[in-house]
Amino acid sequence: MSTHVENAAGWSRQEIARMIARDIPDGSYVNLGIGMPESVVNHIPEDREVIFHTENGLLGMGPAPEPGREDPELINAGKKHVTAVAGAAYFHHADSFAMIRGGHIDICILGAMQVSQSGDLANWSMGAADAAPAVGGAMDLVAGAKQVIVATQHCTKSGAPKLVDKISLPATGLGVVTRVYTDLAILAVGNGAFELLELAPGVELKTLQDKTGAPIVIPAKYSAEQAAV
Amino acid sequence: MINKIRESAAVAVADVHDGATVLIGGFGEAGSPIELIHALIDQGARGLTVVNNNTGSGHVGLAALIENGRVAKMICSFPRTTNSTVFPDLYSRNEIELELVPQGTLAERIRAGGAGIPAFYTATSIGTLLAEGKEVRQFDGRDYVLEPALKADFALIKCRCADRYGNLVYSKTARNFAPIMATAATTTIVQANEIAPVGALDPESIVTPAIYVNRVVEIRSPLQESELVASQVRYP
Repeated sequence: MSTHVENAAGWSRQEIARMIARDIPDGSYVNLGIGMPESVVNHIPEDREVIFHTENGLLGMGPAPEPGREDPELINAGKKHVTAVAGAAYFHHADSFAMIRGGHIDICILGAMQVSQSGDLANWSMGAADAAPAVGGAMDLVAGAKQVIVATQHCTKSGAPKLVDKISLPATGLGVVTRVYTDLAILAVGNGAFELLELAPGVELKTLQDKTGAPIVIPAKYSAEQAAV
Repeated sequence: MINKIRESAAVAVADVHDGATVLIGGFGEAGSPIELIHALIDQGARGLTVVNNNTGSGHVGLAALIENGRVAKMICSFPRTTNSTVFPDLYSRNEIELELVPQGTLAERIRAGGAGIPAFYTATSIGTLLAEGKEVRQFDGRDYVLEPALKADFALIKCRCADRYGNLVYSKTARNFAPIMATAATTTIVQANEIAPVGALDPESIVTPAIYVNRVVEIRSPLQESELVASQVRYP
């Protein structure tokens, strides 16, 4: 164990996206945030029909086009070129956010700067006074989607926990996150605590807890397994 | 005879006055009415309040309007994006005003403005800095914040095809804010890639009915913002 490399354990970004895609039910309408959530589209199992919504006005967003087939008038919320699948529909911005605010989107998947144990999310502002703040559709999505899932690295680049007891950065929404997928684990949020649902391969419970800024409720089966090792 | 067609972008934007509030369509470059914006730069109106989701890219279109000192205030949801330096630099020097609005609230404020609804309640932004100082009211046990409608003197938008009445159809996600902006301005000015004869557009497919449109300019083969940004073009 003395040669243990810390980053060898856990899920890669693509694996996090694959775990999220695995858990999206057939027939869901899903909005993907900018960054890691965007790759979820590449991992939906072939036997499932999942319809992706992009808030700039497309239901039925498909993957990136072949090189040379990009259309500057067909983009996603991150302003990247996308395609429209068979059965897609275009609409204007107020209709798009009526879908969101009106509770018609089943799942939205967002990145995070911080998530608290009560489901508070911070993902729009570092609070710097001289940098122009930008919010986009994040506040609408967390207020309106039926389920808010966060996809994120477990810690910041400097190693600070992103999963905390209380958020210190400006809130995007309070009590909105229901589940978090990180490189180390899948955690449920909502009952005032983080609860372990699934541990990434090679990750020890102690590592998970040490890298989390709030207590984690560990189901008995995990405690028993790792106690036996 | 109804004929909303104007001979040039310059003629179409000639009466935009200093201090006007201008809705500008587009989400990034998709749907950005770049020829109308450039005509507005040439025209010279100053002290504008501009509403757009972003603040433009590079040194053309909306970014150029801002860089040329014409914009006093931006109302938008996401003022910094790839290749946008003009607004962030001015903002960091405290030389331009920003009203930051969540994207869906921005869209609904414009929709409400065009639909004669003076204000509405939304759950968006509850519990955040963007709800501070605003009226909050509970409906069915949930908190909602009061947001005012947004109306403007002018709207500058782009569409794929128009007729002389001002009926409009759009292209894919370039539609974005244009249909709601068309409803919320006193004077709506449209640049169309193509003008079709009256009756040629299928009434079932018209997205913006002509009643919302005042002027149409045909701009065939419009400039592509991303290409101008890649070639480091500056306007003017």
